[in-house]
Amino acid sequence: MDISSAPILSIVTFLPLMGAVIIGCLNRDAKGNARWIALWTTTITFLISLLIWINFDNMSGAFQFVEERDWLDIMKYKMGVDGISMLFVILTTFLLPLCVISSWVVIQDRVKEYMIAFLVLETLMIGVFCSLDLILFFVFFEGSLIPMFLIIGIWGGPNRVYATFKFFLYTLLGSVLMLLAVLAMYWAANTTDIPTLMARSQEFFSPEMQWWLWLAFFASFAVKLPMWPVHTWLPDAHVEAPTAGSVILAAILLKLGAYGFLRFSVPMFPLACQEFAPFMFGLSVIAIIYTSLVALAQTDLKKLIAYSSVAHMGFVTMGIFTFTTQGVEGAVFQMVSHGIVSAGLFLGVGVLYDRMHTHEISVFGGLVQRMPIYAALFMVFTMANLGLPGTSGFIGEFLTILAAFKVNTWVAFLATTGVITSAAYGLYVYKRVIFGVLVNPALKTIKDLSYREIAIMAPLVFLTLLFGIYPAPVLDVTAVSVKKLVAAYEAAVGPAAALIVP
Amino acid sequence: MQHLSIYAPVLPEIVVALGAMALLMFGVFRKATPGGDFATAWLAIGVLLLAAVLVATGTTGREAVFDGAFIADGFARFMKLLVIGGAVLVIIMSFGNLARQGLLSFEYVVLLLLAVLGMMLMISAGDLIALYLGIELQSLSLYVVAAIKRDEVRSSEAGLKYFVLGALSSGMLLYGASLIYGFTGSVDFGVIASVAQGQSAAGNIGLTFGLVFLLIGIAFKISAVPFHMWTPDVYQGAPTPVTAFFAAAPKLAAMALLMRVVFTAFPGIAPQWQQIIVFLSIASMLLGAFAAIGQTNIKRLMAYSSIGHIGYALVGVAANNEAGMQAVLIYLAIYLFMTLGAFACILSMRTKDGMLEDIDSLSGLAKTNLPMAFVLAMILFSMAGIPPLAGFFAKFYVFAAAIKAGLYPLAIIGVLASVVAAYYYLRVIKVMFFDDATQSFVPVERGPGFVMTIATLFVLLFVLVPQPLVNAALAAVQSLQTVIPVP
Repeated sequence: MDISSAPILSIVTFLPLMGAVIIGCLNRDAKGNARWIALWTTTITFLISLLIWINFDNMSGAFQFVEERDWLDIMKYKMGVDGISMLFVILTTFLLPLCVISSWVVIQDRVKEYMIAFLVLETLMIGVFCSLDLILFFVFFEGSLIPMFLIIGIWGGPNRVYATFKFFLYTLLGSVLMLLAVLAMYWAANTTDIPTLMARSQEFFSPEMQWWLWLAFFASFAVKLPMWPVHTWLPDAHVEAPTAGSVILAAILLKLGAYGFLRFSVPMFPLACQEFAPFMFGLSVIAIIYTSLVALAQTDLKKLIAYSSVAHMGFVTMGIFTFTTQGVEGAVFQMVSHGIVSAGLFLGVGVLYDRMHTHEISVFGGLVQRMPIYAALFMVFTMANLGLPGTSGFIGEFLTILAAFKVNTWVAFLATTGVITSAAYGLYVYKRVIFGVLVNPALKTIKDLSYREIAIMAPLVFLTLLFGIYPAPVLDVTAVSVKKLVAAYEAAVGPAAALIVP
Repeated sequence: MQHLSIYAPVLPEIVVALGAMALLMFGVFRKATPGGDFATAWLAIGVLLLAAVLVATGTTGREAVFDGAFIADGFARFMKLLVIGGAVLVIIMSFGNLARQGLLSFEYVVLLLLAVLGMMLMISAGDLIALYLGIELQSLSLYVVAAIKRDEVRSSEAGLKYFVLGALSSGMLLYGASLIYGFTGSVDFGVIASVAQGQSAAGNIGLTFGLVFLLIGIAFKISAVPFHMWTPDVYQGAPTPVTAFFAAAPKLAAMALLMRVVFTAFPGIAPQWQQIIVFLSIASMLLGAFAAIGQTNIKRLMAYSSIGHIGYALVGVAANNEAGMQAVLIYLAIYLFMTLGAFACILSMRTKDGMLEDIDSLSGLAKTNLPMAFVLAMILFSMAGIPPLAGFFAKFYVFAAAIKAGLYPLAIIGVLASVVAAYYYLRVIKVMFFDDATQSFVPVERGPGFVMTIATLFVLLFVLVPQPLVNAALAAVQSLQTVIPVP
């Protein structure tokens, strides 16, 4: 089949929605069918999305697989991917089948609705990464709130209502301010085409206007990312969300914020970015150090991973705002890596939760004696999370710190202390959960991973190690797009200004 | 017969008026089941549909009859179709309910027809007298309808409250109209516009006074804060089918009237009325958002929600540009569908023992009746303005117009209020989806089910084909223009 003519991005985006519609037509008690349809839909979507990667031209910095159709006034239905967004499409389609399998046994209540929510969420997330129209982007971006709200609220833990309201309202508050900025851009540029806005932002937006637009976008992306001090919704949402919900939240939804910075803030408002870079470095460093220390004090496994996610996102923003090829590539790599590693960690916690119905660290201890396979797999993710060389976590942190070092030594120095603290909490929690003496009598009969669970974890372990040893598949895809982004930034602010002296 | 054809633009109104009278006779001389007069209701729907067809095939240009007192143009056509459509859907979804309460008498149907006639006149009003006649015909019919459940205290109270406050607002409106007449020498919108044109604020104190009173009178009708006090009580007190009608059609007609007055009679002194509209808008959005939080009765909640929605629609009026007017029309059309859908759900909140109005009685609805819970959830998400649902585009257009006009503080307050408003919509969704079921409703009847289906399809699928409505709204506002009559 000649796929260059087929609207492959639209197919990948809306296939899950079709699956959701089919499940919606099933009768009420068709639990098994709902699961199988969801699994087939997500798997087929993943396989089709691989075609995007196979046919992707690494040498081109332009948007590829572009589709365009009239939609509404000057707004178009326009889809396309470049080196930065393509990986996230694949990451999304890759994780969804794992989410479906991981919920196979655990979710017994309202299975149909659960699968529909996940499939709709998949459509919306892929849509965010593919859309090349400002309004279309916003529709997908904001639309993802609805299924996530329901997933946390219906299938979440005891305090789920509080958590899901906090998640929804926090994110909505940020997004509505972005909406106003989007509207201002709509009138100022008289186009909502993202490539055009990227190429001609300097004619469209005066420096002062860029400043305001940047702040409005920041309000949305900072909450979504989340950055300190607006991160407080994340630990709550993670603790209460069902396992698969946490996986999606950490692996994909958090990336929307960083992706937004890369897609909008940096190319469209470079002057404001330059002005705000020290501010962003400040917040990133605070996020890295402060949330790592907070993670050290957690007694709940999911909360601990949530705080560590905030710290890792700190590296991402730090990398982006160095405006160097290394920094931005490192940031993208860190996002992909965190997507895989945090998914693995949350699935690991989910395994324990399914057996013990708690994420309290103090309940566990000595698990290695009953669950050796689990201990080995969980170790890979823990090590990757603290950035051990040889795992994917190392590459991203290393590149971003390297880039930061060239721009501002103090930022790099402080960020590095975060690496040490992350090692501290990572090893400490691993020791408390896996090693030690098995004292809790309830753990005496705990079973090791089932084949199903191994099947979910194995691909994630494989990718963690693969990208740690051989990061080229990711870096090759992003290289040209990132170079183009950095070059455009430097052209806008002047090459000399790209360096920020402390 | 030649000269009669100049009355062609009024044909829809004539049909509704004659239809109402004929149905009155039909009802009087026919022995129908008391309180269960389905035949008259169907005939009324027929009359309304006929009027709708006549409106739809009518002019899209501008035709003035009765010396400019009645104007038929694209704007009137758009709004009349919405009003008639809303009225038809409300009647369809409320028969069963009314018959069960013994309220489906021919008087009710005739009064609704007369109210619709009043609204059509309001929409087409070309001078102050036609405006007043339209408002009064509509209001007097609705006062009676609000109190139609005579033997219940709440309903009578609602009718009385509506009447007293409505009469007060009519008085203010008349006072304003007489001041305007005194200072401009005419009741015709075109002449008023030409006199008001270019007058300095200091030089036209009297005219500004008249404008303020006129706007207060209209603000009562659209229930904009601070003239909203009647809304929650009337919404709660009136029988639910009547409330559904109140929430949909009259608001639309009054908004159309407001737009015609400010854009065709007072374009010359826009800054004066813009301040007032901005205030009404901010106050409505904020009060609508905050006051709804504590409500436990779903009809009261919808009342505050409708106050908030009027605030958003007023943002478009305040923008005072073509984009703003277009935005208001888009907003009203989408608001109509959302409101009808929401009330179709409220009408279906019924157990074997009778109607329920508490939000808590919806608890666990997703387990007992998933389709209905889904419909209501989608409509509420849409009202909160979450994409990709239709409500997002409504808000999108009004805020776009505000940004274009440079009304940044108004836009910022508006979006922040929408976050607060999202909270109480989410609270209802929470009750339906996250809480445990306590009771189950009887199955949804065909009428409300039909309206629910239409509303849900509209709300969900609007994102796929938004262009027709947007274009229709644009064409409608382009026909709305000031025409100064040649003496």
